[in-house]
Amino acid sequence: MSKLKNYISAAAAGVMSVALAMPAAAAPVKFDFWFGLSGDLERVVQTLCKNFNDSQKDYEVSCVSQGNYDAALQNTIAAFRAGKQPAIVQVYDAGTATMMLSGAYYPAGKLMSENGYKIDWNDYFPGIARYYATSKGELLSFPFNSSTALLYWNKDSFAKIGKTAAPKTWEEAAEDMKALKGAGYDCPMAINISGNESWQLMEQFSAIHNQPIATKNNGYDGLDARLEVNKTKFVKYVTDLKSWYDQGLIKIKSKDLGQDMVQAFAAGDCQMIMTSVGDHGTVGKTQKAGMNWDVAELPVYAGTERKNSLVGGASLWVLSGKSADEYKGAAAFLNFIHDPKTALFWSTNTGYIPVTNSGFEFMKSSGFYDKAPYKGREVAIASLTASEPTQITRGIRLGNFTQIRAEFGNQMQAIFANKVSVQEGIDNLAKNGNAVLERFEATYKGKQLP
Amino acid sequence: MEKRVTFNKWSVGILFAVPQLLLIFTFFYWPAGQAIFWSLTLQQPWGGGNIWVGLDNFRSILANSDYWNSVTISIAFAAISTAISMVVALILAALTDRQLRGSKIYRVVLIWPYGIAAPASAMAFRFILAPEAGFMSIVNHYWPGFWDPGLDGNAAMASVIAAFSWKYIGYSFIFFLAAFQAIPRSLIEAAAIDGSGVLRRFRDIQFPLITPTIFFLLVINITESFQDSFGIVDIMTSGGPHNSTNLMVYKIYSDGFKGLDFSGAAAQSIILMLLIVLLTIFQFRFIEKRVHYR
Repeated sequence: MSKLKNYISAAAAGVMSVALAMPAAAAPVKFDFWFGLSGDLERVVQTLCKNFNDSQKDYEVSCVSQGNYDAALQNTIAAFRAGKQPAIVQVYDAGTATMMLSGAYYPAGKLMSENGYKIDWNDYFPGIARYYATSKGELLSFPFNSSTALLYWNKDSFAKIGKTAAPKTWEEAAEDMKALKGAGYDCPMAINISGNESWQLMEQFSAIHNQPIATKNNGYDGLDARLEVNKTKFVKYVTDLKSWYDQGLIKIKSKDLGQDMVQAFAAGDCQMIMTSVGDHGTVGKTQKAGMNWDVAELPVYAGTERKNSLVGGASLWVLSGKSADEYKGAAAFLNFIHDPKTALFWSTNTGYIPVTNSGFEFMKSSGFYDKAPYKGREVAIASLTASEPTQITRGIRLGNFTQIRAEFGNQMQAIFANKVSVQEGIDNLAKNGNAVLERFEATYKGKQLP
Repeated sequence: MEKRVTFNKWSVGILFAVPQLLLIFTFFYWPAGQAIFWSLTLQQPWGGGNIWVGLDNFRSILANSDYWNSVTISIAFAAISTAISMVVALILAALTDRQLRGSKIYRVVLIWPYGIAAPASAMAFRFILAPEAGFMSIVNHYWPGFWDPGLDGNAAMASVIAAFSWKYIGYSFIFFLAAFQAIPRSLIEAAAIDGSGVLRRFRDIQFPLITPTIFFLLVINITESFQDSFGIVDIMTSGGPHNSTNLMVYKIYSDGFKGLDFSGAAAQSIILMLLIVLLTIFQFRFIEKRVHYR
C-alpha cells in the first residue's frame, strides 16, 4: 500500500515539477526503512517516522512493518539478492553475527561521520554498544529498541508470605516459591521453554553469572567457537528448574496452551515471571484491577558476583548498494532517533529502555521514572550496567543463532517431558548447536568476524 | 480402450502445449534446478558467495538423527491422517448418498470444511484442543495431566492429525459422493429387489465401482499430507514439543527460512521430492492393479 502511495506521489511530484518547471532538487529524497515490530509497537514506529518527516523537508522515510523479526530478515535477504533492499532494516540481536559476515551493510559509525554527524559513541551504555560493535569497538549497527530481562513479582501475594522484597538469590526464590505454594498459590512462578526463552533462561542467566555460552569469548574471537553450556552453572540451573517444576512450584505457560506467561502474571494467576522490560507496558495495561506488582533484577545463585545482563531487542542496519542521497537521508534519520527527546517518546510509548546515558539522564530529569506506570523500568538500566562488560558478558557472537535457540527449546522440552536427563539434554543442545556452528563456519570459510 | 487425438502436424500440438510448458518450467523446472544446484553448494544467505561441496549436504542430513525422526513421523502422519480422512469421508458419503430426508443439507455441511483455509482451521483446533481453556480442559479436570500437547509429543501429533484430517474429510467427501452418484440407480435398485441389504450392496456393487476414486484420493491424500501440512504445523505446534511434530516439510521451512541454511533446506526438499515420486510410482505400479476402471 505505502509503496503504491509512493509511486503515486512520486508520479504526481514528477508531473508537477515538469508543469511548473520546478527544480528537481526541491523534492525530498525518499528511502525505505523495514522493521519487524507489529501491532501496538508498529503504530509507535509509524508515529516516529511521521515525526521525522514533519521535522524537516529534505528527506522522507517510508516505514514498512514486515510482521516480525524473522520475516524482516528473510524479506530483506530476498530483497537484497534481487537488488531491491531498503536503506535501513531492523535486525534482532540473534541475527547480529550473520549480519556482520553478510558484507551487505554500511557501518553505522562510518555513515554518521561521513555525513557530518558527530555521535558520541561513548555515550551509549557499554553493554549495548559492544553487542553491535566490532571486536575493535567500531559500531556497525545503530542500537534502537533495547531491553533486558527482569523478574516480575506480585507484591500482594508476597505480602501474604510476609515478604516485601523480591528474592535476590535462587536459594531465596526457592523458599519463596514453597511459601507461596503453602499459602495456596497454585502457580508461584511461570516459565516457558520454547526457543524464544533461551534469551532469559540461558543467555541472561549465563551473563549475570559470568558463565560462557561458547568458547572463544562467546564467539567474538572466531567462527570456530563451539557451545560449552553443558559444562557451566547452567546445568545446575536447569536441574533446579526441572526439580521445581516437578514439585509444582513452576508452571509452564505458553500461548499454545491457552495463556502465555505475561498474561498469567497480569491476571494474577502466577506470582513471578522472568521476561523482557519491553513487557512492562503490557503488564500495566492488562493487569488485574488493583494488583500490586514490581520488577527486580533476575536472581543469582548465592555467592555470585553479579555481572551486567545482556541487551536484547534489535538494532538498525544500513544496507550497502544505495545512493549517496539515500545515505544522507538514512544518516539524518538515525541522528533523529539518537536525539534524547526521541528516546523519551520511544521509551514512554513502548517500555524499551533509552540506549544512551544522555537519553537516560534526560528521562530521569524529566521525572519519567517517578511516574506510576513507568516506575521500575530503571531497574533494567541497573541490570544492564551492573558491571563493566567482561569478555563474555559483552554479548554473543554466534552464527545462525536462531537455530541454536530453536535447539534450546527442543532440548528443554525433552528434559521437562522426561525424555532425557538434564545433562543429556544440554549435551544434545551443545552437540546439535555445534553442528549449526560448523555449518556456518564452512559457509563463510576463510572469512573473519569484523 | 485408448483414446488418442492425432494432429496432422506435430507442431500444432507443441503450440497448444506451450503455455502450460512455460508455466511448468517457470514454477517447477527452474526452481527445482536451482534447488539441485543449491543442495550441492553451501550458500551464503546474503549472496555474494557459495562453496561447492558436492554431496556433503546430503551426507550430513542423512547422518542427522533429527532428520530421520522427521522422516519417520512424516510417514506416520501421512498414514494415519490419510486413513482417518478417507474412511470417515467414505462412511459419510455412503450415508448421505442414500435417499435420506435432508441429505442435501448434510452434503453442504460436510463439504464446507474444505472451503476453510488450513491456517484458519488450525487456529480453531488450537482453541478447541487447548488443555486449559478448550474442550480438553474437561478431560484434564477429571484426569489431571492427561492432555498436555505442550510437553507430550503424542498429544501434539494427535492435534495436528486431527486438524489435518478434518480438512481433508471434506475434500475426500466431495469425490466419494460424486462417485456414488455416478453409480446407476438401477443397479442398486435391482440388488435391493433381489433382497440384498445395505452392507451387501455396498460391498459387492458400490465399493468395486468407486475403486478408481479411492485410488485417486489415496494418491492425492498421501502427497498432500507430505506437502500441505505446513500451515497447520506452523500454527498449532511450530514443530514442537521436542521435534515431535517437526514434519519434513516444516523442517525444510524452519531450517531454510528461519535458520537461513538454504543449502541444507534445498537438499531436504530434493529428498522429499524423490520420496513423493517414489511413493507415487509405487502406488501406480502395485495398487492400481487392484483398481477396476469402467
